[in-house]
Amino acid sequence: MAEHFVAPPDWLWYILFYFFLAGLSGGSYTIATLLRLRGAPEDAPLSRLGYYAAWPPLLICPILLILDLGTPLRFWHMIWNLTPGDAGLNFKYWSPMSLGVWALIVYSGIATVSFAETLARDGKLRMGLTDWLVRVMDGLLGKVFAVVGMVFALFIAGYTGVLLAVSNQPVWSDTWALGGLFLASGLSGSAALLMFLTRYRPEARASFGMLAVSERLYALLEGALIVVFVLTLLWAGTQGLVFGFPWLLLWIVVLAGLLPGLRGLVVHRLSPTGEAVVAPVAVPLLVLAGVLALRGAIIFSIQV
Amino acid sequence: MPEITPGKAYGFFTDTSVCIGCKACEVACKTWNLLEGHEPSFLDGFDNTGGLDAENWRHVQFHDNVPDQTLGSGQGSVWLMMSDVCKHCQQASCMEVCPTGAIIRTEFDSVFIQPDVCNGCRDCIAACPYDVIGANETTGVVQKCTLCYDRLQGDMMPACAQACPTESIQFGEVDVLRESAQKRVDALHAAGVSKARLYGADDSIYGGLNAFFLLMDEPSAYRLPNERNAVLPSRNNIPGYLGALVTGVLGVLGGLIAIRRRGQSPEPAEATAGGAPDGTAGAADTPDAEAREKADG
Repeated sequence: MAEHFVAPPDWLWYILFYFFLAGLSGGSYTIATLLRLRGAPEDAPLSRLGYYAAWPPLLICPILLILDLGTPLRFWHMIWNLTPGDAGLNFKYWSPMSLGVWALIVYSGIATVSFAETLARDGKLRMGLTDWLVRVMDGLLGKVFAVVGMVFALFIAGYTGVLLAVSNQPVWSDTWALGGLFLASGLSGSAALLMFLTRYRPEARASFGMLAVSERLYALLEGALIVVFVLTLLWAGTQGLVFGFPWLLLWIVVLAGLLPGLRGLVVHRLSPTGEAVVAPVAVPLLVLAGVLALRGAIIFSIQV
Repeated sequence: MPEITPGKAYGFFTDTSVCIGCKACEVACKTWNLLEGHEPSFLDGFDNTGGLDAENWRHVQFHDNVPDQTLGSGQGSVWLMMSDVCKHCQQASCMEVCPTGAIIRTEFDSVFIQPDVCNGCRDCIAACPYDVIGANETTGVVQKCTLCYDRLQGDMMPACAQACPTESIQFGEVDVLRESAQKRVDALHAAGVSKARLYGADDSIYGGLNAFFLLMDEPSAYRLPNERNAVLPSRNNIPGYLGALVTGVLGVLGGLIAIRRRGQSPEPAEATAGGAPDGTAGAADTPDAEAREKADG
């Protein structure tokens, strides 16, 4: 059994919501890019909706991260080392926090460009530069840009789990599954978020079937990774910390969030029609609650 | 005490077999380093400090293993005391994860947190396997034992070692301390104290600890990870990212399958079930011609 004698870092509410929003932003950008590159013409509105959804969380994420610091005004120390005699850029590829800061900066830039491009395509942003941006993005460069953006988006959605694992904390460091689990959960939550947002963008509903199918597959992936997570903790003998009371209540919410997708997979398999189309509000919100509860259970159970 | 020379490795040898739990080390540390400490609390044994943190850079542990019936002399292992401190690991978990470069190795081979560089992210707290580092609520940065860096620069030994009345805390060059520690443990073994052992004197624990211990019981009795559990955070980098990579590939494949399977659009009646807030019709009724033209880029 793994023995741990560490203190908790007190990464609590700010970090919980950062992890949640990072997962949704990265997942939304990924779905949007897949639709853009491989979707049919009628998938364009949903693709745009995905780029819209990916951007606002990135306004909040840095604020949450900065507020969580003991000395928020020193947030820039993450990127610039002030050590006398060793001053310069901070980039430690072996530290997920350092890597994550740089990835977040790059991804924020990419998501902002995609957001502006989408506004321009929707005719909501009219400046000289926007026409040029749309023209450039229509070509090969646009596709490459989107793929690079998707890689960073996937990283942002998943590295948060690796950040927890690269520690000596019980549970977090006893498993290698957290990066994948957070990523799968972020993708599942993003599909649900976009399902919900189609209520406000009716023309995107043509792609509802794609969202329903992807949400089922992502729920399956997340469920499988939860099983891996449990098995790795059983091996380490620390499962009692994260699955004890009251955290079990959060895990019930997590499982409830998986149910619509798993049920859809059993009943409708990969058919693009499904119950989610009939219940567009409750189902996405339940899935999103599960995404938040998953992170809550993992973050809080060993620190509170 | 010989001259303290930059470039040489210095540290502590804490011999728990002669610790009497007087806490002079705690007092000397707080006095020299101007640490306010916390309100005392009455905990197990004679412990009223609780543990190491930003305000307690030395902490005397008390472990009461006294049996109900006297069975023998106990050989110094039934009432364990240990003055705990930062181990100044050769392979320091805190240094490994610190994203700002605030944690450095000094010219005395100690691990030092630069208070003006740290921004209080607390990643080091998550990483330290010894529960040594704490966040200062006033300054917002993390703190721990500095091996009295300022005193070493002034050719003075750390305050705790100077104050220790039983020489349980010995300060000096690490190589010299290791020799002395080995002699001490050999003497204890010769006297029949078979449980006595060194912890961190060789490189099996984090490449060697510059602050190492002579223990009278298993490491876990003193809240110290054993050799198997003394692992670095970075061990999870490759498996963690690999797990995320495989998930990412599966996620992209899942999305592509969903796009291929989307085939038919939902029935209009189903698509609008639940109703759009603005009451407009679904996409099947209002195709976005411009979007269709540009969707493929």
